[in-house]
Amino acid sequence: MNLYRDEGIVLRTQKLGEADRIISLLTRSNGRVRAVAKGVRRTKSKFGGRLEPFMHVDVQFARGRTLEVVTQVESSSAFPQAIVGDYARYTAGTAMLETAERLVAEEGEPAVQQFLLLLAALRSLATGAHEPTLVLDSFLLRSLALAGYAPSFGDCAGCGAPGPHRAFSAGAGGMLCAVCRPAGSATPATETVALLGALLAGDWSTAEAIDTRHRKAASGFVAAYLQWHLERGLRSLVHVER
Amino acid sequence: MYEGIVQDLIDELGRLPGIGPKSAQRIAFHLLNADAVDVRRLAGVLVEVKAKVHFCAICGNVAEEEQCRICRDPRRDTTAICVVEEPKDVVAIERTREFRGRYHVLGGAISPIEGIGPDELRVKELMQRLANGDITEVILATDPNLEGEATATYLTRMLKPLNVRVTRLASGLPVGGDLEYADEITLGRAFEGRRSVDD
Ligand SMILES: [Zn+2]
Repeated sequence: MNLYRDEGIVLRTQKLGEADRIISLLTRSNGRVRAVAKGVRRTKSKFGGRLEPFMHVDVQFARGRTLEVVTQVESSSAFPQAIVGDYARYTAGTAMLETAERLVAEEGEPAVQQFLLLLAALRSLATGAHEPTLVLDSFLLRSLALAGYAPSFGDCAGCGAPGPHRAFSAGAGGMLCAVCRPAGSATPATETVALLGALLAGDWSTAEAIDTRHRKAASGFVAAYLQWHLERGLRSLVHVER
Repeated sequence: MYEGIVQDLIDELGRLPGIGPKSAQRIAFHLLNADAVDVRRLAGVLVEVKAKVHFCAICGNVAEEEQCRICRDPRRDTTAICVVEEPKDVVAIERTREFRGRYHVLGGAISPIEGIGPDELRVKELMQRLANGDITEVILATDPNLEGEATATYLTRMLKPLNVRVTRLASGLPVGGDLEYADEITLGRAFEGRRSVDD
């Protein structure tokens, strides 16, 4: 049997047959991995609750023809309890898991940065360090940036002219100067743009100093930007409690 | 690919939950080789179940009349409701003979990643039952997995202002197992839900 070990975060599970599940994980060294957990739905399964979404685990896989097989699993951090007991955290966290699943290809290529970003975001959700929707929006922008879709909230996304600029277009890559702005661009408030920039940079003190009434607008622009870059919309985004 | 109707049968079977293409093919050929009488009986049951069985107007359980057997039973306690995900959970709890109240079947659990939020479940119906009934206790018996817990979290918050007693089924160690094999989550829950034994 060809075995290997990795660290991973459980993104999603799907029932398979009578008692099995297919587990989708974002791993540190092998990108996104799909693996079968045999017998996991039985109450006496040795895996117990370790393969639920939001779990951060140390896992051993056996290479399979189409899907890997989970052979052992140890928990590294149990985020589910802290996340699932709070509905706003749960819905924000679910949208993060779905985004990670969509942005990281299942190719066995390492996606270390995406892994570390998700891990940090889940820890932040679980400890209640910041408002769940802010954690989500920051995660979405930074995950998109890692996937090669970095938005620009300062200099013009079209020509690079130094900002600040007034117009926003998801399709054109962020804020745009008067020359580059396409017809029908939105014009967000200055504070909203500053909030978006701070969330992308992970600058929490700046982000949390901005009046909370700009958060809803910022979330709208993040959602528009995300939807533009994903072929199909994110299913869980409409269920996020704002 | 097979010809016409044989392939149609394989495709239809393959749409059933838990049945992959290989199993669909195996079942299809089993049916082709089976006695005509047996196949006709199966087809008859399929048609009949769809025509006769629907969902109870009160609790959402499967019923052959407008209301299910449990909701019609005058001996059941009308002050307690046990909330479950699926009709099969009603059957499981009934087997314990521990509960004498009525049920409320949600039709699933909250799972945003599958596009299922509270509006896709029978949550509104539950709130209506609570608004115009004499219910004093709601027992949340959703599955002890992530979606089930999230659903219980959501319902707890909705029920809080209604001044009813809300309880959640205890989760803990499986009977007959060894403590050392329990995972941290199960063991953690068992600790949380520990009860006094000296009174
Ligand atoms: Zn009923």
